[in-house]
Amino acid sequence: MTYSPHTDADRATMLAAIGVASVDELFDDIPASVRAGGWDVPPPLAEQEVRAELARLARRNRIPEVSFLGAGVYRHLVPAVVGEVIGRPEFATAYTPYQPEVSQGTLQSIYEFQSLICELTGMEVATASHYDGATATAEAALMACRLTRRDRIAVSAGVSPDTRRVLATYCSGPGIEIVTVPIDLSQGGTGTTDPAVAAAALGSDAACLVAAQPNFHGQIEPMRDLAEVAHAAGAQLVAVVEPTSLSILEAPGAYGADIVAAEGQPLGIPASFGGPFVGLMAARMGSVRQMPGRLVGATRDVEGRRGYVLTLQAREQHIRREKAASNICTNQALMALAATTYLAAVGPSGLREVAELSITQARHLVTALESAGLARRRFGGSYFAEVTVTVPDAARRHAALVEQGIVAGHLAERDEPDLRDTLLLATTELTTDDDIDRLVEALAATR
Amino acid sequence: MSVADAPGVHDPSGRGSAFSGATGGTSESVVEPLVFERSRPGRRAVRFPAASERARAAAIGQPVVPEFARRAAAPGLPELSELELLRHYNRLAHLNQAIDLNFYPLGSCTMKYNPKVNEWAAALPGLADSHPFDPEPLAQGSLELMWLLAELLEDISGFCAVSLQPAAGAHGELTGMLMTRAFHRDNGEGEQRRKVLVPDSAHGTNPATATMVGYETVTIPSNQRGGIDLGALRGALGPDVAALMITNPSTLGIFEDQIDQVVAAVREAGAIAYMDGANLNAILGRFRPGAAGFDVMHFNLHKTFSTPHGGGGPGAGPVGVGERLEPYLPAPIPVLAEGDPAEVRANAWAGRSTPGARFALDADRPRSIGKVRSCHGNFGMFVRAYTYIRSNGGPGLRTISEDAVLAANYLRVRLRDAYDLPYDRPNKHEVVFSGRRQKREHGVSTLDIAKAVLDHGMHPPTIYFPLIVEEAMLIEPTETESLETLDRFVSVMHDIAGQVAADPDSVRRAPVTTPVGRLDEAAAARRPDLRWAHDGDEETASPA
Ligand SMILES: Cc1ncc(COP(=O)(O)O)c(C=O)c1O
Repeated sequence: MTYSPHTDADRATMLAAIGVASVDELFDDIPASVRAGGWDVPPPLAEQEVRAELARLARRNRIPEVSFLGAGVYRHLVPAVVGEVIGRPEFATAYTPYQPEVSQGTLQSIYEFQSLICELTGMEVATASHYDGATATAEAALMACRLTRRDRIAVSAGVSPDTRRVLATYCSGPGIEIVTVPIDLSQGGTGTTDPAVAAAALGSDAACLVAAQPNFHGQIEPMRDLAEVAHAAGAQLVAVVEPTSLSILEAPGAYGADIVAAEGQPLGIPASFGGPFVGLMAARMGSVRQMPGRLVGATRDVEGRRGYVLTLQAREQHIRREKAASNICTNQALMALAATTYLAAVGPSGLREVAELSITQARHLVTALESAGLARRRFGGSYFAEVTVTVPDAARRHAALVEQGIVAGHLAERDEPDLRDTLLLATTELTTDDDIDRLVEALAATR
Repeated sequence: MSVADAPGVHDPSGRGSAFSGATGGTSESVVEPLVFERSRPGRRAVRFPAASERARAAAIGQPVVPEFARRAAAPGLPELSELELLRHYNRLAHLNQAIDLNFYPLGSCTMKYNPKVNEWAAALPGLADSHPFDPEPLAQGSLELMWLLAELLEDISGFCAVSLQPAAGAHGELTGMLMTRAFHRDNGEGEQRRKVLVPDSAHGTNPATATMVGYETVTIPSNQRGGIDLGALRGALGPDVAALMITNPSTLGIFEDQIDQVVAAVREAGAIAYMDGANLNAILGRFRPGAAGFDVMHFNLHKTFSTPHGGGGPGAGPVGVGERLEPYLPAPIPVLAEGDPAEVRANAWAGRSTPGARFALDADRPRSIGKVRSCHGNFGMFVRAYTYIRSNGGPGLRTISEDAVLAANYLRVRLRDAYDLPYDRPNKHEVVFSGRRQKREHGVSTLDIAKAVLDHGMHPPTIYFPLIVEEAMLIEPTETESLETLDRFVSVMHDIAGQVAADPDSVRRAPVTTPVGRLDEAAAARRPDLRWAHDGDEETASPA
């Protein structure tokens, strides 16, 4: 199966026009010594055959019947209208809006996206998307280094391990030193970033403090205090947030965040084994010229009509080359459109309902586990919609439940050896009472 | 009224009454109001169930979200019914040009047809609902798909290993350059090798990437024939050079016919040979960079392997590596933990699973540069690319390149009488023309010509890139455009050339048929308006 429309007659017409006898002649410029020999790519498949193959692979996955797995990627309702909008070929099969006169759909939707992210975060400017939350966080940290002209950053251990890994890789490039701010992970500990410990890690020469709200362990961080210690050290606060939580939790702009980074996946994007997602980034207007990535701005056309264009491109690689703020080019525009459509579809009350339902079910879950004597909360303080619980013999029991198609959250010791016998359990608006009953029953049976 | 209310209405301005509508209260003329301006308090598109009595009762006694962390005012999101919402985005969709509507010969971007069966596959619930941290026994299908795709990309490119993590081409470049650094560091040459050589025809991401890993970019000139100046390259190579990043075929659409000598010189100097694989669509089955001695290359799955460009992503930028860089690949890597690779491949090619085969994620890679992206990369793009490669098969992939090259050469010969052709030699999948004659003789720029193309309902070529060609127009037709479409484009470009000579002013006024006319980009940059702000108008603002 190929998608080429050319008949042999078409090919003959083109060859004759070009003045070559065969298409092979057009490849004569490849030096003989490096011309490809054979390869092992299998023969073509007809549509029904390729469908069968993909259906086979899909069947080889086992989508759990009950899952409390989150750890940065959450199963939320994806309203049907979101799929409808991003499936439109005018959005899906266009590219970067270099020709604004025929790209107003994409450009306006990005302007709306930027506006929505500003509304959500309480910040002044948002970029038109990054690869994911982790790379957005890494780019935010590099941006803080440029803004402060410093080359050391402090990162709370409450930031997700996956994000911290990506951050470390990005920082290794320009040689930026990372100091981890430890948090008390012991039973009964706070599970949050201690501002005094953060201050010590920041010292007087750190570019930023990176902290997550809620943090990886589900705990609610004292962000205002963290912003204060960061600012006292002349550093920026990079707040890593979960977007649905912002219907209830304080907007980062209000507690003094200088840069906000987030994984936008919870906003109408399926888990899809890890992508495509969308990285969000927002900041203060005063920092805009150090921001990486695309920005869309409103302007007028020759006849005074409102229209939108890519703007402030003097930060970007295609203009600035080696002096660009980042190398990012292709980003996650269609996923930004998914997030835009999602936010407009749920609106302020819907987003609040999502967060409230998730919060309520998290507490329902903890009560159910505690009253069955199966688990207890690991930390003090409060949590959002994900919670760390201590469960004796967690690794064995987690594995036993997997066999039954139940995923008892994230086995925390996989990332954090200090967190033995703990599970990180996530709830969303899709978590049912029945799911909670099934987890409790199944865990009880492994006692 | 908006454009979608009255499609196809034309008035003398070319845009019709469809564009005379204004939002209530403002004098500004708009094509389609912002979603915020369509908001009315109390409307909604999606509802959620209430928590059960039982859940609410059980939650009592658990800690609430503390006051200090609570938000004072709700975020100002818009409120619309589902129909209003859908119409808004459908109207916006109507303002776009796209591959599915018309010819889109945007050079360097490979705007080929994106087959619909790929979308079907990516949406299969077994794949779309798969959680990236699901325990491996539950994710065997996702892991097998990733393993198989990596195998196919290795076959296609001649590299010995592939990482699928990078999310786009530039991200693959970053990955490649970080591996380059790690390699030199392990050889004790990390401090000394600080320069990356980049031809002057390179895409902007190449030098920008070099900077991101702390390297200094040295620009290598091109020769008269559009290839890299081998003498200049040899002169620049030395013990301080970390790598050469070269695009092949180049951004001029020209295959580097001394590529064997280029690679040999780079390797001899102890540097890493990086190939920017953005233009792989031209050489499938004809040139395998790994087999030709390159150390590393990124693929653009959104170009060569037809995953939709999405208005600027998502893409995917896997990297292939040779033996020297293999230890440094981002971890984890999907591996076949139990089973015979040849048997698993043979079965998969026959549409069968292999009993006893087990796939896993190998994170135990001590010399890895680490992760470059969360989870495993843009998996949904892997599904599409795998579907595409299997649909085409080996022979189909070869045909893709043959037809892409044929089409681009056809446009070269058909357009060279109308526009200057700086490099008149057989090209690969794209061809670069120059509008310098039109500029000099008639004061009409390439930008004007591009805008005139818009009035013919087509998307213009890439313009002003590569930077080394004055008034550049980079045309990439791809293999999926029919001869009739190519001929129509030829006649459009000829018509415009004629119009430039006969009535240059009219070209400078283009476009006149698009939803908006030329936009004031200077004003946009001078007074950045990057977000909608509440104007306090009860009618249009959504409540805080
Ligand atoms: C030659 C070349 N190199 C690199 C890139 C960067 O790829 P991406 O946009 O996927 O990051 C592009 C395309 O944009 C390109 O055309």
